[in-house]
Amino acid sequence: MGEWFTENGLLLGLAALDGLAYAALVFMVAVGLNLVFGVLRIVNVAHGSLFAIGAYTAASVGLLFAAWGLPPAAGFAALLLGTALVGGVLGPVIERGVLRRVYGQEEVLQLLVTFALFMILEDVQKLVWGVQPVSQDAPMKVLGTVEVPFGDDTIPFTVYQLFVLPGVALFTLLGLAWFLRRTLTGRVIVAVTTDKEAAMAMGIDAARVTLLTFTFGAALAALGGALASPTTSLVPGIGASTIVLSFAVVATAGLGQIEGAALTSLLIGLGRSAAVYFEPELEVVVPYLIMVAVLLVRPQGLFGVVEARRV
Amino acid sequence: MSRRAEALLALGGIAALVFTAWAAPWLRFVLTVALAKGLAVLGILLLLRAGQVSFGHAMFLALGAYTVAFAAPAVPETLVLLPAAALLAGGAGLLIGLFVVRYRDIFFGMLNLALSMVFYSVLEKFYAVTKGTDGIRMPNLSVAGVEPGSEAQGWIMFSLALGLALLCAVGVRAYLGSPMGQALAGIKTRETRLEFLGVPARRVLLFAYVLSAMMGGIAGALIAMTSRHVTPQLAYWTSSGELIFIGILGGAGSALGPFLGAVAFELVRVYAAAAVADAWQMILGGVLLAVILFAPGGLVGILSRRRRQA
Amino acid sequence: MTAPLLSARGLRLAFGGVKAADGIDLDVMPGEFLAIIGPNGAGKTTFINMTTGYLRPQAGTIEYEGRPILGLAPRAIVRRGIGRSFQLPQLFTEHTVLENAALAIAARAGIWSPLAALLRPGYRREAMALLARFGLVGVAEARANALNEGARKLADIAMAAALEPRLLLMDEPTSGVAASEKMGVVETLVRVLREAGVTAVFVEHDMEVVARFADRVAVWSQGRIVTLGPPAAVLADPAVRREVIGIEPAHA
Repeated sequence: MGEWFTENGLLLGLAALDGLAYAALVFMVAVGLNLVFGVLRIVNVAHGSLFAIGAYTAASVGLLFAAWGLPPAAGFAALLLGTALVGGVLGPVIERGVLRRVYGQEEVLQLLVTFALFMILEDVQKLVWGVQPVSQDAPMKVLGTVEVPFGDDTIPFTVYQLFVLPGVALFTLLGLAWFLRRTLTGRVIVAVTTDKEAAMAMGIDAARVTLLTFTFGAALAALGGALASPTTSLVPGIGASTIVLSFAVVATAGLGQIEGAALTSLLIGLGRSAAVYFEPELEVVVPYLIMVAVLLVRPQGLFGVVEARRV
Repeated sequence: MSRRAEALLALGGIAALVFTAWAAPWLRFVLTVALAKGLAVLGILLLLRAGQVSFGHAMFLALGAYTVAFAAPAVPETLVLLPAAALLAGGAGLLIGLFVVRYRDIFFGMLNLALSMVFYSVLEKFYAVTKGTDGIRMPNLSVAGVEPGSEAQGWIMFSLALGLALLCAVGVRAYLGSPMGQALAGIKTRETRLEFLGVPARRVLLFAYVLSAMMGGIAGALIAMTSRHVTPQLAYWTSSGELIFIGILGGAGSALGPFLGAVAFELVRVYAAAAVADAWQMILGGVLLAVILFAPGGLVGILSRRRRQA
Repeated sequence: MTAPLLSARGLRLAFGGVKAADGIDLDVMPGEFLAIIGPNGAGKTTFINMTTGYLRPQAGTIEYEGRPILGLAPRAIVRRGIGRSFQLPQLFTEHTVLENAALAIAARAGIWSPLAALLRPGYRREAMALLARFGLVGVAEARANALNEGARKLADIAMAAALEPRLLLMDEPTSGVAASEKMGVVETLVRVLREAGVTAVFVEHDMEVVARFADRVAVWSQGRIVTLGPPAAVLADPAVRREVIGIEPAHA
């Protein structure tokens, strides 16, 4: 056992650090999905599209800035702009324009509405950005790399993936936790999540809360996308693969828990990373195996608060 | 929708399909695939009756398709492969169903999703066995021992699909009107009551689940035989989403709904893709939105309203 | 000495700090109409839940027809001949009253028939006869969730009765029924059940109903049975009148 560790320590370390960066991105998307489900009780399939559009927008803005001759550090502003645009615009448009009309209808219909939005947004991506890969890695490049010691070797890791991604995720986690527990607005959101009717009976304006929460969730997805964009080249289909992975995280963590979502993102991120390094054929299947295993034993998820309807 | 109206609609639909297949041979393929998908959606309909949505139903479709793809080189006989696919899918449905019927609502949906994604991932990554995203090409198949020419092959597949669709639609209709089918609907509204009537709700749901898995398997087999190429995409979550889409588009109120929806879906897709290559998904998404917002009973709902007004 | 149909001994169940059952001993004799009265939260519904297998007591035994039934699932208990109606009527809301009745009959006869219609002539006749006995023929084709409370209560009881139970447990069969209809509903109910020889245990808040129709009355308070006897005696008991009925003793 010890031998295995010394032989594979390097790979394990690499997997851990890679997994951390990946988990950070997964968390950003999953936490928004979780938030939206908590308040609206809708599983938003289009959440992944918001991620993708956030990524594309950030990349485009970054490319634009570069074309204007702005310094590479402006790429960061591009990330934020991308987030704000997508979250601030698409969020309210979707919530007010579409979702609002189906509240109270059967769950299937609500879900399909978000699926329809997903289909529309997937093609919007193709129409606006085309099918060729889009990439803009200035923010990542500008921060350079760091030599991480592993025993005798050192491996270069980008500062962006090592510090910025986990850092932003951590900040989001703590910020969100503080917001939901300490601020009035946050507590209102929690109240509506726990018991919408009781909250409304106490005079809380559920309409505003849902709009706010959805916009916030959309912004988080877009931010995740924006953060992800420097690390990969963007192609059609990343929205689809991101959303299904987020489902895995949210269902495994249990709906309604942000700390749980963070830990589960870590679990799934590290698990997938380990697969990439040790058994690449298992890479895609690991998150779903974890999901099945957890759901069979604890259908409400690892940290779930909602009572699972187990008959 | 009254029985007479339904029967008339069914007859009219069959006539229209046969006529189209004869008059527009390039649509024969599309219609065959549509009928097959409708069959899979018939299974979704069963579960919808119980108030449950499976986000992973495509796994049974893929199971049927890959069963045929793997077995074809050894046994290239259509009339053997079809039942084989049905049995295998049904068996898988039984095994999976035993676990899955303990859950309800979002948990039922998510568990099914997870299982289908596991299946998809296996199909995609284990290249050595499944040829990954390249997929598997089907060899020529014989029907009752004879290898037909390509024109005849097209007609045979169309007829098989139509025949099986009709058979299953009639069967499902009878089932939904039977005590078991009505108890299935009871699961949606008052499951406790069922238990207090002495009815094992889980077993009722399991029966429906296995039926739906079998129909999914048959559908997958038909699609494999018609398109001659199977890929992991068949098991992807978006394929499951499509099936649910078709279910609502067609309308969950009648056994005809899935087929109405599937034909409409495939036709729109084919023509939209020809007209605007990168926007067909958007068009379909828009259609779905319109249906949900303005006609949640689906096409069947629209048609029954029309008849009542007429 | 005839053997009791249902026999409970030493039932105990506590939720957190609340004692829903604190040592229940009760014998239900065949053919009798036993009323259970008591303030809210005394554990009356809990008793019914334990007897029908919906809840498991932490201690004690329950025997039906001389055989223990503790630990059996509600389904199994129903199959042994114990029926139950609910405080909140549990009807299949998207089905018609006739379909609800037919489903109950099919459940008794055997649900495992996947092809013949639910409303086949035999079941339809029997369902209509059942509804007729309960005076529900007029609403047979109405959807279950479109009825008034009284009709829904009756339908709920009718479904339980369709299973031809030997023992029927009813949780507040008349609550929510309009005062003008109440006596009529109960008379119908009692007649149907007595004709079928069904033993009935019913939780009731209306003392007039209890006085007229119960053979015996059990008074529940804080998880225990404090009094048991014929209605005339129990309802005249000042302690009962004060605790349960809420009548203040006359001050001199």
